[in-house]
Amino acid sequence: MAKFLAVTIVIIAIASAVPILRHTWAPPQDISTHGPLIDEQMSDTMAEAGISFLAAQIILAIFIWMFAGARPEGKIKTFPGGAKAMVIASLLLVGTEVLALGIFGQRAWASVYFTPPGPNAMPVQVQAGQFAFYFRYPGADGKFGPLHPEQINEGNQNFFGLDTANDPDSKDDIVTAELAIPVNREIHLLMHSKDVGHSFYVPELRVQQDFVPGLDVSLHFTATKVGKYEIVCTQLCGLGHYNMKAYLEVMSPDDFNSWLKQQAALQ
Amino acid sequence: MATTVPEPPVHDLPSDNNRFPGNGKIGHGGGRILRPAEGHLRAVDDYSPSPSGTGIWVGLTAITMSFAAFTSAMIVRKGGASDWRHFTIPSILYLNTVVLLVSSVTLEVARRRIAAFMNGNTPRPAVASKWLYATLFLGLCFLGGQYAGWLQLKSQGLFLATSPSSSFFYVFTAVHGLHIVGGLAGLIYVIRKLHRLVLRRSTLDAASRYWHFMDAVWVYLLFMLWAKF
Amino acid sequence: MHDMSHATEHHAHTPPQGFIRNYVFSLDHKVIGKQYYGLGLVAVITGMVLSWIMRIHLVWPNFAIPGLGLLSKAGAPGGIVTPEYYLQLMTMHGTLMVFFVLTNVPFAGFGNYFLPIQIGAEDMAFPRFNMMSFWTTFVAFLVLIAAFFVGDGPPLAGWTSYAPLSAVGGAAGPGEATGQTLWAISIAIFCIGQLLGSLNFISTTLDLRTKGMTLWRMPLSTWSWFITSCIGLTAFAVLLPACILLILDRTAGTSFFIPSGLVINDKLQPHSGGSTLLWQHLFWFFGHPEVYIAIVPAMGIVSHILINSMRRPMLSHRVIIYSLLAIGFLSYMVYGHHMFVSGMNPFSSLAFSFPTLLITIPSTVLVLIWIGSLYGSKLRITTASLFALGFISMFVSGGVSGFFLAQPSLDIYLHATYFVVGHFHMVMGVAAIFGMFAGTYFWFPKMFGRMMNETLGRVHFWLTFVGTYCIFMPFHYLGLAANVRRYSAFVDDYLQPLLGVHKFITIAALFTGAVQLIFLYNLIHSRFRGALAPANPWEATSLEWTMPSPPPFDNFGGRHPVVYHDPYQYGIEGATNDYVMQDSPEEIKSVRDER
Repeated sequence: MAKFLAVTIVIIAIASAVPILRHTWAPPQDISTHGPLIDEQMSDTMAEAGISFLAAQIILAIFIWMFAGARPEGKIKTFPGGAKAMVIASLLLVGTEVLALGIFGQRAWASVYFTPPGPNAMPVQVQAGQFAFYFRYPGADGKFGPLHPEQINEGNQNFFGLDTANDPDSKDDIVTAELAIPVNREIHLLMHSKDVGHSFYVPELRVQQDFVPGLDVSLHFTATKVGKYEIVCTQLCGLGHYNMKAYLEVMSPDDFNSWLKQQAALQ
Repeated sequence: MATTVPEPPVHDLPSDNNRFPGNGKIGHGGGRILRPAEGHLRAVDDYSPSPSGTGIWVGLTAITMSFAAFTSAMIVRKGGASDWRHFTIPSILYLNTVVLLVSSVTLEVARRRIAAFMNGNTPRPAVASKWLYATLFLGLCFLGGQYAGWLQLKSQGLFLATSPSSSFFYVFTAVHGLHIVGGLAGLIYVIRKLHRLVLRRSTLDAASRYWHFMDAVWVYLLFMLWAKF
Repeated sequence: MHDMSHATEHHAHTPPQGFIRNYVFSLDHKVIGKQYYGLGLVAVITGMVLSWIMRIHLVWPNFAIPGLGLLSKAGAPGGIVTPEYYLQLMTMHGTLMVFFVLTNVPFAGFGNYFLPIQIGAEDMAFPRFNMMSFWTTFVAFLVLIAAFFVGDGPPLAGWTSYAPLSAVGGAAGPGEATGQTLWAISIAIFCIGQLLGSLNFISTTLDLRTKGMTLWRMPLSTWSWFITSCIGLTAFAVLLPACILLILDRTAGTSFFIPSGLVINDKLQPHSGGSTLLWQHLFWFFGHPEVYIAIVPAMGIVSHILINSMRRPMLSHRVIIYSLLAIGFLSYMVYGHHMFVSGMNPFSSLAFSFPTLLITIPSTVLVLIWIGSLYGSKLRITTASLFALGFISMFVSGGVSGFFLAQPSLDIYLHATYFVVGHFHMVMGVAAIFGMFAGTYFWFPKMFGRMMNETLGRVHFWLTFVGTYCIFMPFHYLGLAANVRRYSAFVDDYLQPLLGVHKFITIAALFTGAVQLIFLYNLIHSRFRGALAPANPWEATSLEWTMPSPPPFDNFGGRHPVVYHDPYQYGIEGATNDYVMQDSPEEIKSVRDER
């Protein structure tokens, strides 16, 4: 029984590790400038966690195999070094491990959150609401018009609550249902929630940030690869949560400019 | 650690009657005896404090955490948005505060008298119970006063949902008031036990610690509501 | 019972008369412990059935579940679950499991039954509070279950009930009217019950220990309940105010958690200035310690059982206690790791990340001591010890994914994915439930005076062990592939290739759930037909085994046990048995405990 358990634990441990080693289910290819740092941190952590996982499971299995059903008259032996060894091992191995992860992990975090967006970053506002994202480009004047929540009316397609009649800044604002951005240009995303909590998640972009109702947060990133990606909501926002998504289209600068013109004409 | 423990003396194990004062067994035949504080409620450890002595501190820890949560919520809420409207605290609240503080004094007088009685220095606990009634009365006055404070605020048009400051005002006073109601229940319990002469010192001490603590909490809450930081 | 010579007086107390006093409003901690266990059993069965329905809906959305249409005509017309009903079931699953199972059984259930016995007390310090604690919890349970039957059903905001979704009322979605209010009331009541329980546990441990029972001589299970009650006392004391403020936001029009300018269904909400992050801070200040409320008792129970099966004390009794204390202490400083991408100050994220990583150190010490103590032991395999060993394996598997989630930079990618779901199900769900199973198989003979069937127990263990790995390991893979959690259907293009994994998980979940019927059968059958249990079937040392099975009403028959030894004197050379019980006055060469 005990040996069977030992074998089962080893099989489970190895079987669990196989898909990781074979990258059966891995993060999609990164398309951002800050992503490589996160990916590197991920693979470092995977290596350390994986080794800890396999070592702990296999040693557990070996000891179960060795010591189950030992003869009752045999003597109790103590692991060399006893508890002191265990504490020192934890402090040294895990302590340095987590310290290293913590310190190196900072770089990736800092690259996303501790650097301000560059002066040339293109501002785009994203508004999350039940259950759609809408995007707003400032238009030719480079200014976003103010929001008037009381004027929001989905029927009139006034998703943001813009008062184009009275606010000059709002007149040329371009509102779209998909996020198109030029490749290799930094984007400064201004995040605004219309109703409840939502989140902006693009796995390929290695970006996830919650919308905080009542508080506008911002995010900046640069996409490096042309293509069409999915933006999904990851903060439970109600019955349509699963269906709340939009597309992120990374375009060449020329394509982007003509797209933007096209959208402006549709307003 | 030593390999064996010397056999502890066992003669001091409390007798059954001592362990269950107040459950009906006590006072049979031998006259009614007021049990002093060291009543051995299920005591299995002769040097450990009484459960109510420990329990009250544990309970007060939880209450402290709750009020800390309430007041930190207030600080966050105050700093997070610009809609905080400061209002003048109804003046009756200061009177209430005095009443509550005086009630602590009367309770302390009562506690000392009862303690003296338990030690055999005074013949009757009746005087002490008067002080307890006084505390009870002052406690009720405090609650009434708080209610009058609410009415005052209402007449100014400040309701629970009017502004965050009034929301917190009503929440703080209501939650504290509920705790005072609990304290009054404790006092009534103490008075009843005293009249039946089965009061334990630890019960009395626990009730009075709770009461004094509620004083301190009230002063703290009042300061938080009053302060304009 | 042995060695009566030390107790001078015997005052056996007779139990109270009448069914109500004996079994319903009983003041006896043993009855209350069983009541908590029973309530947990009802809750876990409900929660598991809910998870079945959810898993079925995820992979076969058009499958009509027989009878479900009767429970909710709107949520499951004809038995076919709607997307919103999925979220409602999910909320109830999480709430039931976290509050009414993981808190109730290992802590309140086993703790109530065995804490007083293990320290040699007749009962808890405040038996009346104890009874009130259970019955308030029971009322909380009824209030929560009532949400199934009111208005448009239970809330859909998840067990975390993030504001403003949970605060703005019916406009936000189905179940957000009455259902969500009932949820908040239920949790508030639950907090009161747990506060009373924690108060009792702490006072009992500090005051009612029998002669010779120093703190260091308390068994590890008692230590874990004691530490858990300290965590619970402070954590639930914070959740209660949060729930009160939430209820006011929902019913009285206040704006604690609801900011200005929210527009729902084109309607501007009449609230202003509230802070949604405030709810998250208050909730997780409770929520993270809650994880340890679930797992620390399981750690203590498993240590207690493992020592008995290994026939030797742990490498160090004290280091285990220090580690548990460290975990309990650190649990308050790490709660922000639930909020890395919540919009909180990014510097706070880093500040919360370090203690989170730090908490792996005491956890690793525990794991290494468990595994290291196996070395050179005389491990006896019983169902209880199998589950205890399974616990270690599960705890390791669930623990290593913590390395990822403790880092804010990786959380950017992994937050709110199935990786998180896999992590917490393994480390606090399955591991804690393995602790409960181990405790049940170990203590059942003491609680009910009958042995459980070992063969059925082993079958139950194998199928559960393999089954749970099949369910929860793939969750991590899904998370790595960015599969978002709390989705009632996977409509996104990039999620399509993952549907096969979801099918596998659903089948594994249905199978593993069905396996639990073996346990249920074993539990009920053994209760009435099991072989009669001796006083000490496992040759254990702690005080619960010095009394008959089941224990008499007043535990020690009016006798006050006197404790002479550390709790785990196993592997004693020269003694008649290989163990010496705690209250045995036998002079022995004590097993060396490295301090």
